[in-house]
Amino acid sequence: MASKTLLRRVLTTLSSSSIGNPKTPSARRCSSLSAASTEAPLPPSPIPPSIKSSTRVPSSLNEAEVAKFAAIADTWWDFEGPFKPLHWMNPTRVSFIRSSLCRHFERDPHCARPFEGLKIVDVGCGGGILSEPLARMGATVTGIDAVEKNIKIASIHAESDPLTSSIEYCCTTAEKLVEEQRKFDAVIALEVIEHVADPSGFCKSLSALTVPNGATVISTINRTMRSYATAIVAAEYILHWLPKGTHQWSSFFTPEELVLILQRASVSVREMAGFVYNPLTGEWSISDDTSVNFIAVGVKDSH
Amino acid sequence: MQSSMLLNRVFARRIVATTFRLFSPRRTLSNGGSGGFNGEGSVSDRVGTLEEATDQRDKDGMTSNIGHYDVAIVGGGMVGMALACALSSMPLTKNLTIAIIDSNPALRSKGSFKQDGVPDPRVSTVTPATISFFQEIGAWKYVQQHRHAYFDKMQVWDHTGLGFTKYCAKDVDKDILGCVVENKVLHRSLFASFQDTDIQKTIYPARLTSMAFESPYSSAVADSQPPNEQGISSGSAYPRDTSRKQHRECLAKLDLDDGSCLFAKLVVGADGAKSRVRETAGPKTTGWSYPQSAIICTVEHNIENSCAWQRFLPSGPIALLPMGDRYSNIVWTMSPKESTDHKLMSEDDFVRAVNHALDYGYGPHPQSTFLGLPSDRFTWITGQGISSVSEYFEVPPKVIKVASERMAFPLSLMHAHNYVSRRVVLMGDAAHTVHPLAGQGVNLGFGDASSLSKVIAEGIMTGRDIGELSLLKKYEKERMTANITMMALIDGFQKAFSVDVGPINLLRAAAFHGAQYIKPLKRNIISYAMGEQKWPLLS
Repeated sequence: MASKTLLRRVLTTLSSSSIGNPKTPSARRCSSLSAASTEAPLPPSPIPPSIKSSTRVPSSLNEAEVAKFAAIADTWWDFEGPFKPLHWMNPTRVSFIRSSLCRHFERDPHCARPFEGLKIVDVGCGGGILSEPLARMGATVTGIDAVEKNIKIASIHAESDPLTSSIEYCCTTAEKLVEEQRKFDAVIALEVIEHVADPSGFCKSLSALTVPNGATVISTINRTMRSYATAIVAAEYILHWLPKGTHQWSSFFTPEELVLILQRASVSVREMAGFVYNPLTGEWSISDDTSVNFIAVGVKDSH
Repeated sequence: MQSSMLLNRVFARRIVATTFRLFSPRRTLSNGGSGGFNGEGSVSDRVGTLEEATDQRDKDGMTSNIGHYDVAIVGGGMVGMALACALSSMPLTKNLTIAIIDSNPALRSKGSFKQDGVPDPRVSTVTPATISFFQEIGAWKYVQQHRHAYFDKMQVWDHTGLGFTKYCAKDVDKDILGCVVENKVLHRSLFASFQDTDIQKTIYPARLTSMAFESPYSSAVADSQPPNEQGISSGSAYPRDTSRKQHRECLAKLDLDDGSCLFAKLVVGADGAKSRVRETAGPKTTGWSYPQSAIICTVEHNIENSCAWQRFLPSGPIALLPMGDRYSNIVWTMSPKESTDHKLMSEDDFVRAVNHALDYGYGPHPQSTFLGLPSDRFTWITGQGISSVSEYFEVPPKVIKVASERMAFPLSLMHAHNYVSRRVVLMGDAAHTVHPLAGQGVNLGFGDASSLSKVIAEGIMTGRDIGELSLLKKYEKERMTANITMMALIDGFQKAFSVDVGPINLLRAAAFHGAQYIKPLKRNIISYAMGEQKWPLLS
């Protein structure tokens, strides 16, 4: 695969450890929060107690970024609204995650629910654009977001479909979940790391949430001239796909930087791919061109 | 009280589901027998239990039994059934719950018909592309147990004696060009194959009255429940305000004329040219009626016919399609007045008229020359001369008697501006009706069913809501191109042949000539007509 050769190039200087495959997903660690279970997929599902954000936990949150997203939260499920580019891109990134996780967890990619029995956390879930597809593919999904409004919207939206109503949505942060000693087979944070205040602390939290040999998935935007031209100038100022100020170019990461940050957090990146937009067909596709949008799949070290 | 109502509701629904499950294997067994679809016992049993289930519902006072489905197919005809069958045959989609809404008794009454009887005049010419789709979804084996007639030759000529072309399957290295099958055989085969599968299915023997979009959790159901049973996991119970409504996903709610009601993520309008789904969903249509009617019937020959014949007459084309067992099918397009005359005239007169139309009537036989010049003059264009005897003009076998009633129906062309909207899809005749000229109508419908089933599978692959507009747009994009191309071609053909003016006749003859003697063009036209490629002239 092209993306693999590219990755090998990136990883030449980095050592990697061998992985085994987890046999069964780990048992539930957090009794109260994981009450929303797959055993009873039909609503109404029991409600876990609310998480009060009163206790002070060191957080990688950037308050200004939180406020920015709260302002447009209402439009999460408006396919023509500010999150339109995300909706367009979503099937492409979901299909990459699907095939990547199917390979990692040795699941049959041709069945309707390959993630049955896997516990996945969607960090920075927003309105649930990724959590819902993951739940439809059979995963036991926890969606967390620092913006309370997002969580409300995500919960309301998910309840219409029995397949998604079992998603556990919490207004919390990755750090707090670490404190609660929650563990997941896969931890996914898409388009989040460029919005956090402390990226390396954030990666350490993601790693702490992942079971040994579990998967950590991060997607973000590269810091290249092309990403400046397309993700900021074109998307925010010319095409108005995104509200102005959505992204700060300086807070973007290059794939090499991301690999290093994850390496320090005991996550070895195994796969990397780019997402490219074709303006003629209006479609996104998976590519080995990581110069703008890219995704990295890593494996949590087993020791 | 509330909960016991709910329990009854669930119970009633279970009964419906179980009865279908129980009786489908029996049907399958009877289908395996020599007689084909004569499993009268099992079918009537099934109807019995279905009625019981309905009674049960009524006893419980459940006049509005609300079911929830992934896909509701309105119209269980050939195209709707093909979609149901396709969905139940693919690993990605076989876990979907399907409802079929159709009051057609064929889906519940006894479906016996004898193989050796006279073929029904309502037939379709299925292309090899359709045949392989049927094979994929497990329905072709049932077609093969019944009457079907493959043909490997097709002769098309016109009344001026100038235009003539003959297609052979071997020109494109294939064994067949197509197969003529009675519509009822196609439908029953799809239904049998659908019953074989263990997909969760419910058939509603009713008609659609209205369709709305609302959340199944809004109004009475949601409000009657305590707030903390809503499945929200974030802790606080949110006020049931307008913002709640705003973010709630709406499903399609279908009300049926028997008082039942159901919710679906995706509603498929496969309910024909007068589609109720299209009327309710509101896509605009473009259409016009041809000032023509078609008369169809089954005829008998002395010998078996194995070629599809089509001749363009001044009033419209006449087609003679092989049906097997010395039977053929006639589709004759003419003015409405003529069609009434031909329907009412005596059988002997009609047989005479048919034989006349397929032989020397309206004009001479075509020569194997173009404009009186021997065709070998054109070898510099075509690369080679006439290669085999089969390229020569033949007169179709004589008709000796009419074997069925003669049916006449008006022709029209209609195309919906949109095939999809949120949670709604149109397929087959509900989206497009074409002139029955090339027998392509139903093939376009099966193409729709195949495409839609694959788009739904793709949606499930990426965990999408299958009623999402951006997903359904993929189906529309794919099928609109294919359907418009074919419709324009058929309509163009129809218009080109309905004039009888010297220069146009010549042009037509030149086009025919090109189609007959320029080999790559000919191969191209054949494989387009076989449904193997998207565009008629580019490859």
